[in-house]
Amino acid sequence: MGSLALSAIRKSFGAVDVLKGVDLDVAAGEFVVFVGPSGCGKSTLLRIIAGLDEQSAGDVRIDGRLMNGVPPARRGIAMVFQSYALYPHLTVAKNMSLALSQEGVAAADIRRRVETASALLRLDALLDRRPAELSGGQRQRVAIGRAIVRQPSLFLFDEPLSNLDAALRVGTRIEIAKLHRQLGATMVYVTHDQVEAMTLADRIVVMHGGVVEQVGRPLELYARPANLFVAGFIGSPTMNFIGGDAAARASAATIGVRPEHLVVAREGAWTGAVSHAERLGADTMLYVDVPNVDVLGAGMLTTRILGDIDYDVGDRVGLTPQEGKVYRFDGGGNSIAA
Amino acid sequence: MIPARTWPLGRAGVHLVLILYTALCLGPVLLVVMNSFKSRAGIFGAPLSLPNAATFDLIGYKTVLGQGAFLRYFGNSLIVTAGSLAAVLLFGAMAAFALSEYRFRANRLLGLFLALGIMVPIRLGTVAILNMMVAARLVNTHLALILIYTAQGLPIAVFILGEFMQGVSKDLKDAGRIDGLSEYTIFFRLVLPLVRPAVATVAVFTMIPIWNDLWFPLIVAPGEATKTVTLGAQVFIGQFVTNWNAVLAALTLAVLPVLVLYLLFSRQLIRGITAGAVK
Ligand SMILES: Nc1ncnc2c1ncn2[C@@H]1O[C@H](COP(=O)(O)OP(=O)(O)O)[C@@H](O)[C@H]1O
Ligand SMILES: [Mg+2]
Repeated sequence: MGSLALSAIRKSFGAVDVLKGVDLDVAAGEFVVFVGPSGCGKSTLLRIIAGLDEQSAGDVRIDGRLMNGVPPARRGIAMVFQSYALYPHLTVAKNMSLALSQEGVAAADIRRRVETASALLRLDALLDRRPAELSGGQRQRVAIGRAIVRQPSLFLFDEPLSNLDAALRVGTRIEIAKLHRQLGATMVYVTHDQVEAMTLADRIVVMHGGVVEQVGRPLELYARPANLFVAGFIGSPTMNFIGGDAAARASAATIGVRPEHLVVAREGAWTGAVSHAERLGADTMLYVDVPNVDVLGAGMLTTRILGDIDYDVGDRVGLTPQEGKVYRFDGGGNSIAA
Repeated sequence: MIPARTWPLGRAGVHLVLILYTALCLGPVLLVVMNSFKSRAGIFGAPLSLPNAATFDLIGYKTVLGQGAFLRYFGNSLIVTAGSLAAVLLFGAMAAFALSEYRFRANRLLGLFLALGIMVPIRLGTVAILNMMVAARLVNTHLALILIYTAQGLPIAVFILGEFMQGVSKDLKDAGRIDGLSEYTIFFRLVLPLVRPAVATVAVFTMIPIWNDLWFPLIVAPGEATKTVTLGAQVFIGQFVTNWNAVLAALTLAVLPVLVLYLLFSRQLIRGITAGAVK
């Protein structure tokens, strides 16, 4: 129940091509996250799956059934929006049950399903309140509850955590992960936050400029990014990219080293002065000026060391990439197999 | 709340201007109401003083209410105004929803066409309208006036309501679609309640010129059966003698419904007018 197949999905708004041919298969029960910078077409793709927008070309299949032109309410989906989109004039209970009463579900059945969902999301005490009387986190839980009561085969989330503050975001993220385990339903989740993507997903779909750059399990993307974009997007702090001689010696146009894969010592492959240090306690980020190395982008190498290491701005350090942790890219930006 | 800036002279100036403007607006109305309670001698002897024991007289109201036709005129005005108002609000809101919600080829053009109606006074088309009404055999019917006023009120209603509807969250409407609500339910149950202040604003601004209009009743519905209050009050203005008591009493009575409606809508109205300013 709840498999999804997209084939050659295209979407244009006037002359602007927002999606340029997206193919994707999602197995039943899978948690798939679309991730990418904002404006890359994630929401548009999700809205096409939901039936809120019509694709310019291509097919959407849910559970093997062709969904082109089928209205959203008949696709067996439920959607959670970033802005919650609760009905302001209805109570929490009514917000959750509206779709069911539209479908003509029996009243007793509706009550039971609302009760189950509200127990799951700890909403019991709030059922008679209106959305205006709830906090942001409670509103988002109601929105998720509204999706659950419909017992859809496919859940769609569009940046559901983006309007929450940092602490609440982590809590709700864990709750969504639990929910996926309990319900076993298929979930498609859109976010621009790679941490959410890495922590929630069975599989991540990295999007950029309307095309899918890579699809894979989180650690697969981390270990074997297909190209420069994925390499730079997955991982935090972002990967160091180096061109010039250093890359040429590795017979590549660009090489990449993750900050956590740079060993700091007195001497190293690249030496320079610390220009800035961020000390978080558990780990320390050093930004090192390396004048003789062609670092792309910021012009500084970033390194991440575990623990609180006492380096000061101006200290000279040497940086050496760990054995086998250097990513190589060709002139077109694609990964060169090791 | 930002604390009021202390600039006493400037604030006094602002208040002075506002008070003068209020006096300017209310003065004539007050004069009409005041004098409607006086005898003819009182009206002409001391037009600016309040009615006192010597000048108090209800003769104007007796004349107006005694003349049975007046109640009918009142009823006609109510029918025409309520009918037009309902049509303007319903069709205006629906058109505004369609223009702001759906993307279709003629969307822009249609919006522009409707906006044109705001700029061109409908009275310029009086002759053509009269011809049409004659051809449709609608002269001297309520429907004729309702149709004209609906046409007159729609452009600004669509314009204002469209602006407000653009502000209604797209996600909310989409959530409704996913929940299986029809477009009509989304319009009536989700969107309309959220733009209620704008609807109230449009209602008041649409209603007043209709209630007060003399032009179209005189031209397309001057018959005894369809005469409106404003037109009816004119019977007391003669070429040689004018029954001022009756005219003033009729005008005072004619203000009442507008006043009632205003009181009903005022809360929403103020919210509608200041919606853009207070965020
Ligand atoms: N209704 C629309 N009309 C025109 N352009 C749109 C519309 N919706 C989205 N776009 C454009 O499509 C691109 C992708 O939008 P979106 O899917 O919302 O991106 P994301 O969710 O990845 O941030 C953006 O450049 C946006 O401006
Ligand atoms: Mg988006």
